[in-house]
Amino acid sequence: MYVAVKGGERAIDNAHAWLAEERRGDLGVAEMSIAQIREQLALAVARVMAEGSLYDPDLAALAIKQARGDLIEAVFLIRAYRTTLPRFGASLPVETDKMACDRRISATFKDLPGGQILGPTFDYTHRLLDFALAAEGLAPAPAPQAAAAPDRLPHVTDFLAREDLIQPEADGSATPRDLTREPLDFPADRPLRLQALTRGDEGFVLSMAYSTQRGYGRNHPFVGELRIGRVDVEMDIPELGFAIELGEVVLTECETVNQFMGSKTEPPQFTRGYGLVFGQSERKAISMALVDRAMRWEELGEDNVGAPAQDQEFVLYHSDNVQATGFLEHIKLPHYVDFQSELELIRRLRAEAAASQTQEAAE
Amino acid sequence: MNAYNFAYLDEQTKRMIRRAILKGVAVPGYQVPFASREMPMPYGWGTGGVQVTAACLVPEDRLKVIDQGADDTTNAVSIRKFFQKTAQVAVTEKTGEATIIQTRHRIPEQAMTEDQILVYQVPIPEPLRFLEPSEVETRKMHALEDYGLMHVKLYEDIARHGEIATAYAYPVKVEGRYVMDPSPIPKFDNPKLESSALQLFGAGREQRIYAVPPYTRVVSLDFEDHPFDPSKAPHPCALCGAEDSYLDEVITDDAGSRMFVCSDTDYCASRREDAA
Amino acid sequence: MTTPQLDGGFANLSHDAAHAFRAALQAMARPGRIEMLALARPPAPCSQAAGALILTLCDSTTPLYLAPSHDQPGLREWITFHTSAPIVRPEAAMFALGTWDALSPVDRFAIGTSAYPDRAATLIVEMTSLATKGASLRGPGIKDRAQLSLPEIAAFQDNRRRFPLGFDCYFTCGDRLAGLPRGAIVEG
Repeated sequence: MYVAVKGGERAIDNAHAWLAEERRGDLGVAEMSIAQIREQLALAVARVMAEGSLYDPDLAALAIKQARGDLIEAVFLIRAYRTTLPRFGASLPVETDKMACDRRISATFKDLPGGQILGPTFDYTHRLLDFALAAEGLAPAPAPQAAAAPDRLPHVTDFLAREDLIQPEADGSATPRDLTREPLDFPADRPLRLQALTRGDEGFVLSMAYSTQRGYGRNHPFVGELRIGRVDVEMDIPELGFAIELGEVVLTECETVNQFMGSKTEPPQFTRGYGLVFGQSERKAISMALVDRAMRWEELGEDNVGAPAQDQEFVLYHSDNVQATGFLEHIKLPHYVDFQSELELIRRLRAEAAASQTQEAAE
Repeated sequence: MNAYNFAYLDEQTKRMIRRAILKGVAVPGYQVPFASREMPMPYGWGTGGVQVTAACLVPEDRLKVIDQGADDTTNAVSIRKFFQKTAQVAVTEKTGEATIIQTRHRIPEQAMTEDQILVYQVPIPEPLRFLEPSEVETRKMHALEDYGLMHVKLYEDIARHGEIATAYAYPVKVEGRYVMDPSPIPKFDNPKLESSALQLFGAGREQRIYAVPPYTRVVSLDFEDHPFDPSKAPHPCALCGAEDSYLDEVITDDAGSRMFVCSDTDYCASRREDAA
Repeated sequence: MTTPQLDGGFANLSHDAAHAFRAALQAMARPGRIEMLALARPPAPCSQAAGALILTLCDSTTPLYLAPSHDQPGLREWITFHTSAPIVRPEAAMFALGTWDALSPVDRFAIGTSAYPDRAATLIVEMTSLATKGASLRGPGIKDRAQLSLPEIAAFQDNRRRFPLGFDCYFTCGDRLAGLPRGAIVEG
């Protein structure tokens, strides 16, 4: 006698208990602390903060620990937490001119005021596994110190703007719409697109950007400037009548300078793509700038060549990895009711096809 | 769990969802955009339904949650537990005792009553999406009541297969105006969309809410010479003998023997209780 | 809490709002049905039912129009304190509160757009009486026919002609509440 499967609840509890065991791993190996993750897996922490849209290195580290290192799962944990947080207000726009830069490079000028600052980059490391790192307890030799960069490092695009060679970007005083508080509709303006890109999946945004480089909506980018460092976050307090500093965040900012031969509406000039991401995340910031530029085709009067990166619906609807992974993985949930109806349909269509073949053969 | 508000969502979020639900009720079948929140369960696993249910629940409610018609499927168990924890509501597996039923992929066999609300989890709310991927374009089609694309698709099905080859998520027209996706219920369930209960549909990832008020006309799309046929497997239930219920096919041994049983577990169980 | 404009809100915010919404939902889903809604005590001339609707549905994101019948300092303060809803002119309103005469002409209110018919106003119409008699109603939410004491007929027939565009209405009287969505077919 067939008995329908019961006990879903117990199965779930048992699965969770097993998961907790697996998360901890071998008890003979020391447990990782949140501080260790925050300090030693800082780029993973940065990615989780960026895609989770919440700047909190300790929470991001906790999420990474809880997610067993699955960064998309960690992003999801952060997002679900973020959505329950009350909002007290909005900060003033951060001033990246005043960034205390750890890294600042320009590909468009050999040298520039403030200089090129290489900073803590993998760029020129030879990718050879460093077996010395496998031996624990060795502190690195201290890196040489230089005088701090000046308080204000001008943006490279400012120099081009002085000559009127680059498209000016208007200062917007309006409060941008909030992607996480209003439903997305189209056409989406640039602030919304940038919000979607900065929290978009790094892999997706990278691939979209790469596709523009390979010819699907090519927009000839130069990295005008890439900078990484700390900026102050300030908020106006109406009761006080002035802004107070809430703290500081590490950001990566990329401005691309793109060739532009002009259109019916715009003179020949350089144009910009913009990327701004939480934490040290330059792959993401550069990718974001390229995709941002690709989606600006309409306002610049360029042709839509049908490239995926030019299609804002395509990019914005598919860049979010929490949405994507949820929907993708939901197909492992039971679908047997729908499958049954398909099964019956296919059987019926096959029976009809077979019957008509038999009839044809008979005729 | 008391760190969270009643039914998990904060009041501002609930107000936003409630406003969307009311506009959905006012324009039956029209998909109202809403600022869906990240929920503590994945997109695609019922976040839309959960948000709608959370916005509708009162402490006195008695909630039933089904997936594939069954109360004991793991995701139904998980969602039911979520509301027990966050809203402290009573739960039931009895269709007749529930005041709100959240469902994925089925409409209960037992007729719903005036006092009940049925909340559907919806993966892709746009019935035209697989014919036209752009939201801008499909929104235009709904605005212009231009459903030519859908009729062409159904007609091509008939030309190729002799029948409309859609077995679930079978499109309907609501009150003579909007073409609507009834969520991936088997087409067997489509006639039950005309109900005395209020039906609400939530798509979290796609940020849409829509509604079918009680006694609203809901017509499955078809052609005069190929009328809609809500067919099901031609068997009675092997457990309760019902001939009028939607059946799951269960493979019972390695040789591929199979049996057909009710997908609505409460319907099947209460029939067997009545018979005993 | 003795300042009048601060009193009379929901005693239990989430539970009262849940009950009030459920009443509002049933009223809109079943035109001709009267729900009881006595959870709020707004300043005069606002009814209990209308007050509860405003507390349940309005906040800083929902511009509200107060028709002359209801544009009074005490009520304004109460609404602002409890909801932060900006008080606006009729054309910009998502919600509007007043007697039918004070709200008229009702063609000033947003009826949505063909792409977004949801971007339409909801009118909360204060009545001196509210009963299931009078105008005859058909349409979604109604089994066969229902009756409701509407303030007039023609305006609702005009509203129905624009479907799926149109405004939606609540009618309130003391602790009584009824709804009339734009799709209702109203006959004399």
